[in-house]
Amino acid sequence: MAEIQLDHIIKTYGKARATNDVSLTIKDKEFMVLLGPSGCGKTTLLRAIAGLEAIDSGTVTIGGRDVTNVPPRFRDIAMVFQSYAVFPHLTVWDNIAFGLRMKKLPDAEVKKRVENSAEMLRITDYLKRFPAQLSGGQRQRVAVARALAMPSGVLLMDEPLSNLDALLRLDMRAELKKLLRDAGATTVYVTHDQVEALSLGDRIAVMKQGVILQCDSPLRVYDHPVDKFVGGFIGNPPMNFLRAEGLASIGLIAPPGYDLVGIRAENLDSFTSPMSGALEASILVVEPLGSHNLITAKVGDELIKVNTRAELMPEPGSKLWLKPMPDKVRWFK
Amino acid sequence: MKGLKLSRVLTYVGAVLMALWILVPIWLIAVSAFSTRQGIFDFPKALLPNPFSADTMSFFLGATNVLPSAGRSVVVALITIVISTLIGAPAGYALARFNFRGRDVFRLAIVSTRAFPIVILSIPIAVAYLQLGINDNVFSLALMHCALALPFTILVTSSVFAGVPKDLEEAAETLGCSPLQAFMRVVLPLALPGLAAATLFTFVLSWNEVFASVILTSRNRTLPALLVAQLDESPLNYKYAGGFFLLAPSMVFMLFIRKYLFTLWGRVSR
Repeated sequence: MAEIQLDHIIKTYGKARATNDVSLTIKDKEFMVLLGPSGCGKTTLLRAIAGLEAIDSGTVTIGGRDVTNVPPRFRDIAMVFQSYAVFPHLTVWDNIAFGLRMKKLPDAEVKKRVENSAEMLRITDYLKRFPAQLSGGQRQRVAVARALAMPSGVLLMDEPLSNLDALLRLDMRAELKKLLRDAGATTVYVTHDQVEALSLGDRIAVMKQGVILQCDSPLRVYDHPVDKFVGGFIGNPPMNFLRAEGLASIGLIAPPGYDLVGIRAENLDSFTSPMSGALEASILVVEPLGSHNLITAKVGDELIKVNTRAELMPEPGSKLWLKPMPDKVRWFK
Repeated sequence: MKGLKLSRVLTYVGAVLMALWILVPIWLIAVSAFSTRQGIFDFPKALLPNPFSADTMSFFLGATNVLPSAGRSVVVALITIVISTLIGAPAGYALARFNFRGRDVFRLAIVSTRAFPIVILSIPIAVAYLQLGINDNVFSLALMHCALALPFTILVTSSVFAGVPKDLEEAAETLGCSPLQAFMRVVLPLALPGLAAATLFTFVLSWNEVFASVILTSRNRTLPALLVAQLDESPLNYKYAGGFFLLAPSMVFMLFIRKYLFTLWGRVSR
């Protein structure tokens, strides 16, 4: 049982609170993603779980055990660092075996785990090599293999894909998802890439300035963001935000107290001729993206981004009529 | 285009002149140390000693007190290395890894001890040594050398340790190491070349150190102190041989550690 419980974690650096009274429960075998921009406190939280960061107040519980004052080596965790932190003076084999040997596991078991792990990450051919002889992507696999070889119930990953080039990142994301599902460990994964978060997580905790704004399944975070920041951070392109009074003309009335409406680019139906119940917009830019077009337009004085089907290629300067899908309209304060 | 070329040429000329400034005396000493007794007085000098002769060197080495003094120099250097490494390396590690209050002041203080002219210190230290009765002794001289070498040791080791990413230690800790184990298994193997360089530099420092040696020793002199004390009386070939003998280990060691010399001026180099 490797449930992780974080209670009222406060960590201060100088005057700034990196984590401001953060509480979170991560279920056994759950894949939790900590998502947010730089400086939001996600890495601090991960390091607090690992025990690499001493927290000012709060408790960390792993598998029912209070580990707040326990050093990393006794917390039964395995961690993958953003820089990989592969030991340059050891071979790949010795790198993967490092943690196992520290645990004083019998040689036969060490051998079995190392070879198993190397095979899972497809680096069996490199076992005798040194890290300096490997590419960045291969070193990343070594780092993951080293963590997966450990018999621990908790896996912590700090932006493991961010140093890879875009194509490699795509491949590794899918591979990682399958691997980690098969491994069955409780995983906490830190990233600033919202696509990664949506793709990998069972739940996403969106963080900003040391606070968790929303913790939900990817679908709910995408479809029902709790505030303007979450809506604008998740999704590509970001959610459109318009003043509520602009939509009164097409019959969308804001609930009392809400003055902002959010609607995603793909949830707007577009028409090239006037349509009732649709907003009039003047087109600024048309970006053909292959599978669809991304059109930037102006409604009144506000910018709006719309996804349209690829065949629709209006001229910049011409008008477009946009109808938001009623069940996809979100209201914000 | 022409302006650029001119500054380039001037740079190279300057560099060559500086190199010659250093190399010509060294060449002179080396050639003379391996010339015959008469050959030393040849003018103009041939590029290589002709005939090549070991007379001068063997005369030097056979002179009274020379080999014992050389031995003492080695002993002093070794003691200096041991003590300054035992104190300096942990200090370097602390400077590199821990963000403690007064860290920058500490670093500045270390550097400024080197700026302090040893000439001013010499009399008070000699007096103190005499009063304590530890005068004229390899161990107490080594202590003085430690004080001179420690700033370098601390700065070089702190640079070396800073060059080992903290990530690696943290990864080792998550894999089951205590901080000490992480240091022994991960940091030390990676820092070893740099530490070895610091050690060699300390050796050279101590081997060549003349001022404190002259002041603090009388009968148990180290080699530089011996040569200085005999400067008036010794013949020319003796001086050349002595100079070469002092120079040789330093030149050889410097060749090995030249990469790490940048760290002495604050740059972290790998």
